[in-house]
Order: sequence, then C-alpha cells, then structure tokens
Amino acid sequence: MSTLPADFRAAPPASDEAAASVRGARFARLLGRHGRLAVIGIPYLWLLVFFLAPFLIVMKISVSEMENVNFKDLITLKDGVLQLSLRLGNYLYAIHDDLYFATYLSSLKYAAVTTVVCLAIGYPFAYFMARARASLQPALLMAVMLPFWTSFLLRVYAWKALLGEQGWVAEGLMAIGVDHLLVAGGLIPALGKFMNSPFSLVLGMTYTYLPFMILPLYANLSKMDMRLLEAAADLGATPAVAFWRVTVPLSKAGIIAGSMLVFIPCVGEFVIPELLGGPQTLMIGRVLWDEFFSNNDWPMASTVAVLMILLIIVPLAVFSRYQAEAQERRR
Amino acid sequence: MTASGAAAGAGRAGEMAFLQIQDVVKDFGGGSLAVNHVSLEIAKGEIFALLGPSGCGKTTLLRMLAGFETPTSGRILLDGQDLANRPPYDSPINMMFQSYALFPHLSVWDNIAFGLRREGMAREKVAERVEAMLRLVQLGKFARRKPHQLSGGQQQRVALARSLAKRPQLLLLDEPLGALDKKLREETQIELVNIIEEVGVTCVMVTHDQEEAMTMASCLAVMSEGRVLQTGTPAEIYETPASRFVADFIGNVNLMDGTLVEDQPDHVVIRCPDCTHLVGHGITGIEGMAVSVAVRPEKIRLQRAEPLAEWNPHNRVRGTVRDLSYFGSFTVYHLSLPSGQVLKVSQSNHERHREGELTWGDAAWASWTPSAQVVLTQ
Repeated sequence: MSTLPADFRAAPPASDEAAASVRGARFARLLGRHGRLAVIGIPYLWLLVFFLAPFLIVMKISVSEMENVNFKDLITLKDGVLQLSLRLGNYLYAIHDDLYFATYLSSLKYAAVTTVVCLAIGYPFAYFMARARASLQPALLMAVMLPFWTSFLLRVYAWKALLGEQGWVAEGLMAIGVDHLLVAGGLIPALGKFMNSPFSLVLGMTYTYLPFMILPLYANLSKMDMRLLEAAADLGATPAVAFWRVTVPLSKAGIIAGSMLVFIPCVGEFVIPELLGGPQTLMIGRVLWDEFFSNNDWPMASTVAVLMILLIIVPLAVFSRYQAEAQERRR
Repeated sequence: MTASGAAAGAGRAGEMAFLQIQDVVKDFGGGSLAVNHVSLEIAKGEIFALLGPSGCGKTTLLRMLAGFETPTSGRILLDGQDLANRPPYDSPINMMFQSYALFPHLSVWDNIAFGLRREGMAREKVAERVEAMLRLVQLGKFARRKPHQLSGGQQQRVALARSLAKRPQLLLLDEPLGALDKKLREETQIELVNIIEEVGVTCVMVTHDQEEAMTMASCLAVMSEGRVLQTGTPAEIYETPASRFVADFIGNVNLMDGTLVEDQPDHVVIRCPDCTHLVGHGITGIEGMAVSVAVRPEKIRLQRAEPLAEWNPHNRVRGTVRDLSYFGSFTVYHLSLPSGQVLKVSQSNHERHREGELTWGDAAWASWTPSAQVVLTQ
C-alpha cells in the first residue's frame, strides 16, 4: 500500500493538451451562447415558415368571401370605416351538415380501428423482437424498416392487385373462408369482394403504419429491466400476470407514442382511402380533396382542413397536459 | 491437519436441516461448472451467507434456490420438500433482489401488496399485512410514494418489506446492501438483522463483502470457482481458515511458506525464510513437508526492543518499517523482512500519543505467540 498522496504523483498536463482544452472551452462557451439558439431556432423557423404561416393562410381563406376567383380582403378601409368581415358560414355549415359530421366521425373511427389493430399486431412483434437474441435484433429491426425502401404509393397500389379479383391474397382468404366472416361482420360488401371496403381500407392503413407502432414500442420494451419480471415471478405472478401487471404498465409510454404516430396521420389519410377505400369508407382527406379540386370551393375546403386540425390538436393538447401534470406529480 | 470448521454447517446432528442442498451442479456449458457439486445444510432461523469473489457461483446457487435456474443435477430440499421443477411463482421462497427491482410504476404500498394480491388474499387482509410490513420497516409515511422518490436506504427497506410480506419460509438476499454507501451500510446491516430475527425467517444471503457476511450471518460458506471451500461461523472461518484462499479472502493475513522441521507431541516447528514458527496447538505432520503459516496482522506485536519470551528464538522477526497507514482506531505497519517479504502488522491506537512511535525507516521486532498461527497445507 503506497501512502504517496495522489497529487504528488500526478504529472502536470502536457502543454498542447492544455491548449486544446482551452480552445475546447472557448468553443463550448461560444456554442453555449449562440449555438443553443441556432440548434433550437432552425427547426422552429422551419415550422414557422412551412407550417404556421400556411396554416394561418388556410384559416384566413376559411373565413373569406369568394369574389369570382379572388378572395375578398378581410379588412377593408372604405369611406373612413375600418371593416373586418369574417365569414363564419362555412364553419356553421360544416358543423350542421350531416355529411361532414359523419365523415369526421368515420375518419376517427377508421383511424382508431387501425390504431387498435396496429397495436394488437405490433405489440407482440415488438415484444419478441426486444426479447430476441441480441445478434438477431438488428436483422429483425431491418425487416421492420425494409418496406420504407420502396415507394409508399407503390406498396399501397400493390394491395389493389393482391386483394382484387384473382389476387392471390384474395384467393387465399377465400380458400380459408375468411370472406364469410367479413361479410357477416359487414366489412366487405359481398363474398370474394375484398376491395374498396372497410376491410381493405383498414388493411392498407395497418400495413402502412405498422412500423410506426413497432419502432417506439421496441425502443421502450428493449430498455425494460428484466429483473422486474423475475421479481414479479418471485412474488407469485404467473408469466401472464407479470406481463399484464408489469410489462404493459411499464410500456405505457411506448404504447402512447406508437398510437399517436399511427392515429394522427390516419385521421387525415388521403391516398389509402382513395386507392383502397370505397363508397362506405368516407374519410375527411377525400372530402377535402373534393372540396378543393372538384367543387373548387376553397373557403369550404379550408374550413374542413381547419376543423380537422382542431379535431386532432384538442385531444392531443389535453393529453399532453395530463402527461405534464403526471410528470409534475411524480417529482 | 488443521482443526477445521468445515463440519460446522452440518454439525447440528440429529434433526434434519431445514434447507438441504445436496450435491448440486449447474453447468451453463463452456467448460467449467458454475456450481460444482455443492452440498450445504442450513438450519431453521439461521442467517446463512454465501461469500465469495464475483463469478464464484454464489449468485447462481441463490438463483437455483429462488427457482430462476434449474440445477443440472443434485437436489434442493426445503423442509423435506424437493424444490425441483417448481416455478418461482409457486414456491414458499422470496427474494430481495440486488438493487431491489422495485416496480417503478407502483407505489410503496402497491409494491408490498403485489405478492399478497397474487395469492388472492382478501382486500382487508392485504391492507392489514401491508400496514404491518410498513410499520416493521418504519416506512408508514412513505406508503404513497413511488420508489424513485425514496432514498437508497428507504428503497432497500421497501424491498425487504416486499419480500417478507408473503411470510416466506426462506428469504433470499442478493447483495442486500451492495447499493448503499459505507456509512449507511453499517447502520443498515444491524437493522436488517434485527428485522429478520424479529420475523424469524430463515435467510440465505449472497455477498462479496466479507465484513457484511461476518456481521450479519450466523454461519457462512466461502465459495470459489463453483465450490464451497469452507463452512462455519464467522469466528471459525476467521480464526481457523482451512485453506490459503479462505485465509486470504477473509480479512488480512500474512502467509509465509515454510517446511516442517520438528514434530513434537506438544508443538511443531516450521522454518520459513525469515523466521521459525513454533506452533503449539495440537497439530502434527511429517517432517520435511511444505506448509504455509498464516498469521493475522492484529495478532502480531511490534516493538523496538528485542522481544524476550520462553519460545525464543522462534516466533519473532526483525524488519524495517516500509510503510504505515493510519486508520484512526488502528495503524497498519508494513514491515520489510530480510527475504523481501512484507509483513503486515496492525496495532490498535489505545493511547492518543505514544512515546517513541515507530515511523518510516525504523527497525522493529515483530513477535507473536505459539497459538497465533494457523498452519495450512492447501
């Protein structure tokens, strides 16, 4: 045991090392003052220019009056009178009209169903991926991401062929008699007709958004402390009970994140309902498209868009407030 | 040839031991056995410690008791019942995990109630038991808190309460105090033993900290490389280690290699490079055999003057103080011997200032009595 004091042995730092550390510190200070601002500022600027500004424009259009092909100004100064005219008729119409209401509702319904199906398929997948051998996990992760390598449009289009008449998925489903079940459940219009039905729509959306459910769940589950499951077993929990009482509550954050990532884009989804949906499956994205490009009623279309955003933002804000409060309570 | 304490664990003859580990082997593959033919008997109400360096198989043995691992061969009997093939959720054994494994999403109350609810116990009975447990570990005020809102010591008590709540027949502790800092650890050791004794549960603990094992356990087994080297009370293991490894692992020791040169009915003499040992406690051997002599630092006396004793010229050696470490209540001197070996000597500081205190470079005599040494052959 040596009793030499530690500082006695420590050599003075090499001079170039010291210079480097001084330079590093100066750089860090510079970053500290302006770097943080830049790092946070750039994405905010992006959102401001490409989200908030267009959104405000859309909002303006939604309360504007059409005059031939131009919008009337909201604020006019005429004969010394400053006039602000907001046309709220579109909002009233959208709220009172059954079609819009039903469409919003059906958008929420399909988004919700898709989210639940994604969760039901994605959770076990993420669970076993997280529990798989460490050497196998990158390959499994790759398999989840692989679909992103081809065009989304192409993949959705492919389902048209797969589910259409003589499509081999359709044939396969018929061979095992699934179409009987689907007809009984009202999910397809007739035996053997899978396309343009609630079934094909939910299938397409589930297929497209499943990775967005799996990835946050996997990130969450792979971080879980396995000793907690041993502790649960030690205290008398069967594997099923341990899963339900420990694994699921602890993966709540992953479940919520995955559900948000699936639910929100599904509500406003346009391409999939257009390609795989049918007369039964009204969704707000398609109504929007029609208002803009078939009816050319931009104020109405803008109203629908604003309402859709509110529809999503309000529950989201309530939820995040609840989360923040829960965080606060935990502290 | 040593007076061994190896039989101490099994020594309570007559009654059958409460926990019997019979010739247990665990093979994870890869050459060596994680647990290599271990047999132990643990009496009811005992606090038994498995002590050893990391990787010695003690944790694997504990996990087999808990049911997380199955023995490759051998049997584990608890109160005469074979524990083989019993999943962990169906055994009367509970474990306090290393760094506790408290459920982070549940309150202290719900953590303790977790096991009781799995039994399908009535709500009022659960409440009653949880309250009793909270009183036992003095955490009543913290019942509604989440684990991360507690200090390390409080978490440790929650973990203890949770593992005791089901009134297990056997309590397993995996490095129970490993996550606490030194000061807190010393306080908690005694508190933990008090609680365990109050409940009266038989307890097997695993630790790599010999101090923790010696203060807490009534009996301990020293393990190395999957084998149990010695079993006995802390005092037996400390004073009569059966092998060089045990002597060296438990506490500080000076090991000197030598040859047995004289074998008399009442003593033997062993010659080492620096000195000769006269060992007086009824041991015998063959002249010429190679042995090791172990002397604990606190059993050696250090002085400037030449020691005079009836066993002169044995049991003494002269050296130079090469180093000294002051620990407050005692000082450890490192004495350089002529052969180059360093002899550790600890002297208690029962006076505040001593005249002619030894310091670096001083020459001094070290001496010990004929009963201070332990002679080891392995």
